[in-house]
Amino acid sequence: MAAVNYMAASRVYAKSTPPAVDALDLDIKDGEFMVLVGPSGSGKTTALRMLAGLEPLDGGRIEIAGRDVSDVQPKDRDIAMVFQNYALYPSKTVAENMGFALKMQHVPKDERNRRVREAARILNLDESMLSRKPKQLSGGQRQRVAMGRAIVREPKVFLMDEPLSNLDAKLRVQTRSQIAELQRRLGITTVYVTHDQVEAMTMGHRVAVLSDGKLQQCASPRELYDNPVNQFVAGFIGSPAMNLQTAPLTDGGATLAGTVIPLTAPVRAAAARDQLSEIVLGIRPEHMHLADAARYPGAAAQDGAGLAELTGEVLLVEELGADALLHVRLAGGDPVVARAEGRKPPGPGTRVTFRVDPADVFAFHPVTGARLAG
Amino acid sequence: MTAITATQATSRTSRRARNRARELTGKAGWTVLGWVVGIAFFLPVLWMVITAFKPESAAETWPPKFVFTPTLAQFRLVFSGMGPFLEHSIIATVGSTILVLLLAIPAAYALAIRPVKHWRDGLFFFISTKMLPIVAAIGPLYVIALKTHLLDSIWVLIILYTAMNLPLAIWMIRSFMLEVPTEMLEAARLDGAGRVREIVEVIMPVVIPGIVSTALICVIFAWNELFLAINLTVTNAATMPMFLISSVPQEGLYIAHLSAAATIASVPVILVGWIAQRSLVRGLSMGAIK
Repeated sequence: MAAVNYMAASRVYAKSTPPAVDALDLDIKDGEFMVLVGPSGSGKTTALRMLAGLEPLDGGRIEIAGRDVSDVQPKDRDIAMVFQNYALYPSKTVAENMGFALKMQHVPKDERNRRVREAARILNLDESMLSRKPKQLSGGQRQRVAMGRAIVREPKVFLMDEPLSNLDAKLRVQTRSQIAELQRRLGITTVYVTHDQVEAMTMGHRVAVLSDGKLQQCASPRELYDNPVNQFVAGFIGSPAMNLQTAPLTDGGATLAGTVIPLTAPVRAAAARDQLSEIVLGIRPEHMHLADAARYPGAAAQDGAGLAELTGEVLLVEELGADALLHVRLAGGDPVVARAEGRKPPGPGTRVTFRVDPADVFAFHPVTGARLAG
Repeated sequence: MTAITATQATSRTSRRARNRARELTGKAGWTVLGWVVGIAFFLPVLWMVITAFKPESAAETWPPKFVFTPTLAQFRLVFSGMGPFLEHSIIATVGSTILVLLLAIPAAYALAIRPVKHWRDGLFFFISTKMLPIVAAIGPLYVIALKTHLLDSIWVLIILYTAMNLPLAIWMIRSFMLEVPTEMLEAARLDGAGRVREIVEVIMPVVIPGIVSTALICVIFAWNELFLAINLTVTNAATMPMFLISSVPQEGLYIAHLSAAATIASVPVILVGWIAQRSLVRGLSMGAIK
């Protein structure tokens, strides 16, 4: 049980390159499931490895349970890590793999066996599997052994580096919920790295979004979705990604596809302060509602009062079953994606009208990408 | 219309048959070539083994005789004088190979797993020692051996064979160690394995096929070495290759006797290679195929 604190922690691989992790400040609470998410090269794995002690710090410090561990050996940090490719010892049996750390700590054999069995039970690993070699296991079983190796240690912090990326899609979804459930049950502080924003949103108590070595935003999944602080977070969180379009400013709003989308007073004030002539508008695909309720089930039934209307032509329909994703070219030529009810989506070539609630529209600075306060 | 179709069909069938025939001839051609090359390589060995069973009088006839009364006389003769040579060879080979492994494994670790500063230079230095012709070094080596009273002692061979095989062994074992996944080493670090545990429990099980093949190559090279042995030893440390030369008498027929001696000298190498075939092939191709 421990809190983890990154305090301006930096890692620079080579002097001429920008830092892989740039003055990261992140407070992870005791028992929290923190997900670090970002595209490749964002520094999320480096940040995790710094916590593990596998990367030295070039600035700042890291504390575990209030103790500065910046110069502490990995084995003495009281952490356990699950690697992307599991990194099991091929010549050791499952039980030996799981008990290796305890053996290194000179834990007596009986105690070791007890804890290995206990971990196996928690993970639903068969007793018979304990004597097998990793080679003889399926990918999912190997993944669980890797988890078991971490659990056996009863560490203060779990570190997980994309532990699901080598599983097939179905197993990944299953294991995702199992890990989240396990973490809740054990209550051990967990730092989890992934590039998959769905994993981040579904598993994390809080999610830290990183890009180019910098922390963009750290908040609950809901908050990230509802209130992204900048264009990067807005585009990264949510699937399919938010539609981001540059729109010229007009009186009282911004023009998108020939329609003036009203902007709130604070947004207009912020744009005026920076003397902007255009801004970036962000609309989530699920906030683009088809207007024709009679023809398309599930379309917005409200009258159009106060809503902006965008028209366009459907180019492509991706059927997902429950939903359909419409790839649409708006009247102005901008391509957007909209989510529609899956049963009777408009076909390609159809002209459609969407209604958008201005309250659902995000506005961003076209240069800095910062959210213009709404 | 039907006729045309039929003709077309026939021509198609015959074309297919022709193609298949060509394919088969091609395959057969390669097979024959393979056998010819294989036999060409094997023939001298076969000739050696056959000659070893001939009486001396039948050994040097031309054209070679294929019908003769086999005899073990040559082998009996060889065995009677071979004892000390065999013993020296075994000691020098096994001793030097063990020493090589003891030195090469930590050296490879320092060049692959946790590279020391200037590891590139180190690596180059090791292989550069093989660039000098051994003939150029034999003079100084002789003088050193003489001054240290190691001339004609088994120790001089153990030391020199170790030096001879060490660069190759370091290079080979290093390349095997590079194959050990980094994450596994990191997992071991997190698990709290010290350096010795890391080598013994984590790295060794993964690289053992590579170590075995390295050891085998060292054994073969040391076993077959003649130049150093002949220049630095006389009787107290003379090895099997020297025994082969000594079985050539000043006068008289000797081909059958030499063949018997050569056959016996080859047996250990062939045996070792055959037993460890799989590990050898796996070890040698380990760097190439993941």
